[in-house]
Amino acid sequence: MERRSKRKWSWGRLLRWAAFLGVILLVPVIFSGNQYHMYVTTLICIYIIVIMGLNLTLGYTGQISLGHAAFMGIGAYTVALMTLHGYSFWLALPLGAAIAFIAGLLLGLPSLRVKHHYLALVTLGFGTVVYLVMTNEHEFTGGFSGLPGIPRPNFFNLSLRSGTAFYLLVAGFLILATVVLLWILNSRWGRAFKAIRENEMRAEMVGVNLLAYKLLAFAIGAAYAAIGGGLLAPLMRFVDPTSFPVHESFWFLIMLIIGGSGRFEGPFLGVIVVMLLPELLRGTQQLFFVIFASITLVLVIFWPSGLAGLIDVFFRRVLKRNTPQLTK
Amino acid sequence: MLIQLVLSSIAIGAIYALVAMGFTLLWQASRTVNFAQGDFITVSAVLMFILVCAGVPFAWALLTTVAISGVLLGYVVKTGIIQPLIRRSQTTLIVATIALSFLASNAVATFWTAQCKAFPPVFGMTPYRVGSVALSRQHVWTIVIAIALILAVNLFIQRTKPGKAMQAVAQNREAAKVLGINISRVTTMVFIMNAVLVAFAAILIAPVYMVRFDMGAQLGLKAFYSAAIGGFNQIRGALLGGFLVGIIETFTSAYLSTEYREMFVLIILIAVILIRKEGLLGTEER
Repeated sequence: MERRSKRKWSWGRLLRWAAFLGVILLVPVIFSGNQYHMYVTTLICIYIIVIMGLNLTLGYTGQISLGHAAFMGIGAYTVALMTLHGYSFWLALPLGAAIAFIAGLLLGLPSLRVKHHYLALVTLGFGTVVYLVMTNEHEFTGGFSGLPGIPRPNFFNLSLRSGTAFYLLVAGFLILATVVLLWILNSRWGRAFKAIRENEMRAEMVGVNLLAYKLLAFAIGAAYAAIGGGLLAPLMRFVDPTSFPVHESFWFLIMLIIGGSGRFEGPFLGVIVVMLLPELLRGTQQLFFVIFASITLVLVIFWPSGLAGLIDVFFRRVLKRNTPQLTK
Repeated sequence: MLIQLVLSSIAIGAIYALVAMGFTLLWQASRTVNFAQGDFITVSAVLMFILVCAGVPFAWALLTTVAISGVLLGYVVKTGIIQPLIRRSQTTLIVATIALSFLASNAVATFWTAQCKAFPPVFGMTPYRVGSVALSRQHVWTIVIAIALILAVNLFIQRTKPGKAMQAVAQNREAAKVLGINISRVTTMVFIMNAVLVAFAAILIAPVYMVRFDMGAQLGLKAFYSAAIGGFNQIRGALLGGFLVGIIETFTSAYLSTEYREMFVLIILIAVILIRKEGLLGTEER
């Protein structure tokens, strides 16, 4: 990875980007006839954004957040409440992300000072509290009956009501999220994040401000989740607490591990596989929870680089570009 | 009314203390933060429920549950999941226990039932009467059994040879290894002890809560808070934290708000780690 990042523009990289954009733009051509397929594809894009945020926090910086469902809920409810009261989506979405960012700072500040499992513990509690607010503050959040009738936004004068148009909006955000994350990872910040993940003490020795960078990685991850949530609300045109239960954050973690934690492709592979397989195979959701959680345990023990690592090995074997090299 | 509240807060606190003590034991022996602790409670409670419903006499059901929990949640989890990961980063270990938690609760929901079941009362329904005050049998016996278990564990750690080996491993792994203590074996023993404690906690809590695939989630979190508030690396910290959380929770939900009782405990936790990050009775760690 480090070697590759020195050559900023290689043909392989350009090809991968072209393929990424190509797939995103091909989707509406293929699925525009089928509303449900379009919906699932949009949903996948949204969850990729959320898991990218988790990847920054967990995969690149090594901090465990169990509050991502709550941050997603914050984004969704901010957009839902504001657009229902007549404010613009384009104001509501950044505001939701900002609230989640600040909530991330406030939660991280006490818990990241201590040993790192405290973040997981405090965010788990935060997830519970946010869920309680969603279910109990009836006048405000609609309680269990949720908030129906959320409008879909306009892009300048263009209405994004149709499934395809809304997908293109979400895909635009996905591309934006991808570019921003790449930029962060290749900046000074990104190097500091990875240094913290690899060895905290060493990172501190070379002058990385541990608390500041951990806070930043966690708060940016939270903002990513809120943007995902803010897109989910107008997609479903309805929000209710059942989309953001506490255990959903556990599920996000599983998606990331399956895709490949700390790998840029991880969230893409993880979300696509974990969300598409149940669609294709049919079966109760709970059964797939059991299957994917078992796979995750096996992966954590035997193959920590997940699907991304598997694809790497496949390409190396097939194309024989490099000698196989296993990272730790 | 006040006396009943105090009694029930001590009873629930005793259960938190029991589970939190398991947490600190695991932390001391293997630096494992077990996010599946709550789901261990669920699994044990479901086992007990199935056995009791199948008509097994109570004592035998209890023994079988404790034995199966010890093997499955202690030995199998330790050798299958924790042992291969113990040399990797702590983040990896935590992620594994999170996945285990998700696996356990959903496996119960899939292969048993997602509905909640009422557990038959274990200690009988008629309350004890002391003068004009009625004391719930369930609460009294929960306190008695939990305190007996806590005392037994402490005696074991302080008086027996394996217990002293546990203390040695907790204080200094390297030195313990040099002195010829089999660290892996001690860790296995601690995992089994934790599983047994959790199984007892499950049997004590099951008649109060309903038996359900997600019954452990809140309990595990509360026990976790207890350990963090009291001090993660001290057994007495976990005990203090457990009773404290039980009392805070019972009294805030009685006098302030039932819906937001989780919030008060979270606020106290954040306050504690802001003021004294090792927890009330914890000691500084490297």
